[in-house]
Amino acid sequence: MKRRELSAVELLEDCLGVIEREEPRIHAFVRLSEELARAQAEEADRRFSGDGQVGPLTGIPVAIKDVLCVENVETTAGSQILRGFRPPYESTAVARLRAQGAVFLGMTNCDEFAMGSSTENSGYFPTRNPHDPSRVPGGSSGGSAAAVAAGEAVFGLGTDTGGSIRQPAALCGVVGMKPTYGRVSRYGLIAFASSLDQIGPFTRMVGDAALVLQAIAGWDRRDATSVDRPVDMLSSLERGVEGLRLGLPREYFEAEGMEPGVRAAVERAVLTLERAGAELVDVRLPHTDYGLAAYYIIAPAEASSNLARFDGVRYGARAESAGNLLETYLQTRRGGFGPEVRRRIMLGTYALSAGYYDAYYLKAQKVRTLIAQDFERAFESCDAIVSATSPVVAFPIGAKVADPLAMYVCDVLTLGGNLAALPGVSIPCGTSEGLPVGLQVLAPQWADGMALRVARAYEAASNGS
Amino acid sequence: MIGMEVHAQLSTRSKMFCGCTTDYIGAPPNSTVCEVCLGMPGVLPVANARAVEQVVRTALALECEISRHTKFDRKNYFYPDLPKGYQISQYDMPMARSGRLSLGDREIRITRVHLEEDTGRLLHAGDALETASESLVDLNRSGMPLMEIVSEPDLRSAEEARDYAVELRGILRAVGASEADMEKGQLRAEANVSVRPRGSQELGVKTELKNINSFRALYRAVAYEIERQVRELEGGGRVVQETRGWSESEQRTFSQRSKEFAQDYRYFPEPDLPPLELRPDWVAQLRASLPELPGELRGRLAEQYALSKFDVEQLSQESATARLFEQTVAAGAPPKQAANWIIGNAPTLDAQRLAELIGLVVAGTINREQGVRVLEEAQASGRAPGEVVREQGLAQVSDEAQLGLVVEQVIAENPRAAADFRSGKQQALGALLARVKEATGGSANMRLAAQLLRHRLIQ
Repeated sequence: MKRRELSAVELLEDCLGVIEREEPRIHAFVRLSEELARAQAEEADRRFSGDGQVGPLTGIPVAIKDVLCVENVETTAGSQILRGFRPPYESTAVARLRAQGAVFLGMTNCDEFAMGSSTENSGYFPTRNPHDPSRVPGGSSGGSAAAVAAGEAVFGLGTDTGGSIRQPAALCGVVGMKPTYGRVSRYGLIAFASSLDQIGPFTRMVGDAALVLQAIAGWDRRDATSVDRPVDMLSSLERGVEGLRLGLPREYFEAEGMEPGVRAAVERAVLTLERAGAELVDVRLPHTDYGLAAYYIIAPAEASSNLARFDGVRYGARAESAGNLLETYLQTRRGGFGPEVRRRIMLGTYALSAGYYDAYYLKAQKVRTLIAQDFERAFESCDAIVSATSPVVAFPIGAKVADPLAMYVCDVLTLGGNLAALPGVSIPCGTSEGLPVGLQVLAPQWADGMALRVARAYEAASNGS
Repeated sequence: MIGMEVHAQLSTRSKMFCGCTTDYIGAPPNSTVCEVCLGMPGVLPVANARAVEQVVRTALALECEISRHTKFDRKNYFYPDLPKGYQISQYDMPMARSGRLSLGDREIRITRVHLEEDTGRLLHAGDALETASESLVDLNRSGMPLMEIVSEPDLRSAEEARDYAVELRGILRAVGASEADMEKGQLRAEANVSVRPRGSQELGVKTELKNINSFRALYRAVAYEIERQVRELEGGGRVVQETRGWSESEQRTFSQRSKEFAQDYRYFPEPDLPPLELRPDWVAQLRASLPELPGELRGRLAEQYALSKFDVEQLSQESATARLFEQTVAAGAPPKQAANWIIGNAPTLDAQRLAELIGLVVAGTINREQGVRVLEEAQASGRAPGEVVREQGLAQVSDEAQLGLVVEQVIAENPRAAADFRSGKQQALGALLARVKEATGGSANMRLAAQLLRHRLIQ
């Protein structure tokens, strides 16, 4: 674009063409913002003709998960309860993309309030995996992952609370990254679980993920949990893994439900990294087995409180037939929330109740501390940890809908990174049964650059590029 | 047994967790709001550092222990005036604990001081939410910084409850933490009241009194409630644990809701706000910067100026009053005179002019009543008291010869009163003095007039 070989408008039209062709098959978007996108593309072209600043994302089309508020664009968190809601403010991550001149294609589908691992819990429709439309794209950020995988968007934004970026990236065969908690401002991210949520990119190449993260990361005065640290995702990206020690946690390779094809693909990827110069070391994460239980107490507990504001009083849907306040609450929330959201609100409400708080929420927080300590200890003997992202490849739509626990197990290799606030990248590493497999790279807190560096080294070694 | 829970809105420029102005009184409904205090999806709170400072200053004035580690928690409940469905408050790690407030020689223990956010307000077309045909929500107040100060049940009477609240207001104003105007809702007092048989060590069942909008209402509500509970128990009944509202129109408390099944607020640490560390060096700085507190001021006024307890109480209620007093004395007025003038006349003159006025009276240039007139005139016109006296020829008649003539005349015109005095009736002198005053248009130096009268009558 800088060389004026391609204009932003042309690139946008290309994407819109792919969208037109692919959407009937995969349903990645809940709504498009074509008009806004065209205005932004024209503005980007004006910048390229010397009328303003040009950055790496100027004129680049992005698919935005429906949980990130975009000013004056309907943003619904995949839920009927927010149907018609147009925020009069913008999430910080999106605002930073806007400032760089990115082009907003639209809002992508997701599990309602980011609760799910398949995008089947969307309040609108399920999204399908571009590699096999009879299968799920993963979730909760399945729409953004599918949009990038199908070539509808150059990059996507997702959110990751227990694996919601990395797992769909793995299932759709794209790069997905969850940064260190506190790296990217959560302002304007419609919260699922505040202490776990992070925003991150979907891209086809690791280097692009680094560019996007570089653009959206950094302290924000409107998020007290964002941290003021230097953001440098790029300078160590191409340094390779020569001399790095990569930890292989036995617990992750022997995880329950690990498909042999997935394990085989990941083991091949590990050998590729070893050939590229990495030293492999065994590490232990002994509290892994308790992670899932702790996660499914902490996340619903926070969600039960975060979702209390959807009461029909100020915005979104309201049950108009209700005769009194209690009925307004009950009917609005029953009608507006889907079954998985209601299930998690009930779980979380229970976990925080008087008499149960110590046994559930407090205990879960202690487990969280132990899991964080597991990682700290593991990182004493390695620079990054590698494993599968998901124990399974993309599964058929409907396969796990009736069994919430089977669905929850999808997060078993990713949620530790959320509980311990670590950065993690998922990068495609071959296939199993013809479907993409993801390699997860976890790094110590704030070593986001290290996670990207290892992922990039694998990408280079496996593609020869 | 009475324990108090007092909420005070803090004097900050912006709200507790967003940048909205705190100047909401009189503003159109829902005009001093933003996405944060409206509880819109995705927004986050950022704590107001000034509010934290105000809480710590107040807690230091109440001799509390300041917590080094403190955090915010979410108090979860549904109500239309609570936009997020939870209130950001503090649960198990308040900013301060274990303080005290002195009421005369009584010491009231302070349990805790914590920081939270205020709710919005509801306006019902009807008496209450449950029965109203329509209810309107105004969120201007939502997110105002609110400090809660909880006392132990150490208060023993309606008077003490009121005195506690008044004293607390004085402290809040002295440290500048709150304007603490009850009528504006900046200071809200709730009293937990229980009674027990004399000598009993066990606490009785308590009721919580709300809707109290003035110190007088606080006094009356507590007095009413004590009487009601005693009557209930002595009649063989029992006190139900509940919230009771104070009805100003009926001058009684009434049951609002039963607390026998306490609501479960599902408190948990606020994940959007990192825990706070209140560093000892910072706390020490705040401690060093505390102004003189009402108790200290009272002690000093009594000692330094030898004032009566009554004068001290009157002068120390507002810091501006005490300041005027001290400046007036510094400008040369005798302390007792300055106190009398300030308490009796609530002058709006500055200290310099007030001292000038008091000087004119003390020197006998004008008498006390003329002084009051000069004060009024000086306040109305903005001129100096001395100038007023000169211009209006108000100086009292102290000339012996001139006043002697008046006295002669009065005696001549009132032979009966003169005779009465001569025959031993001292009161007759009063009647004659009144005539002198009348004859001089109130400008006579009355002390001199009395001397002259006696002298002439005894001759």
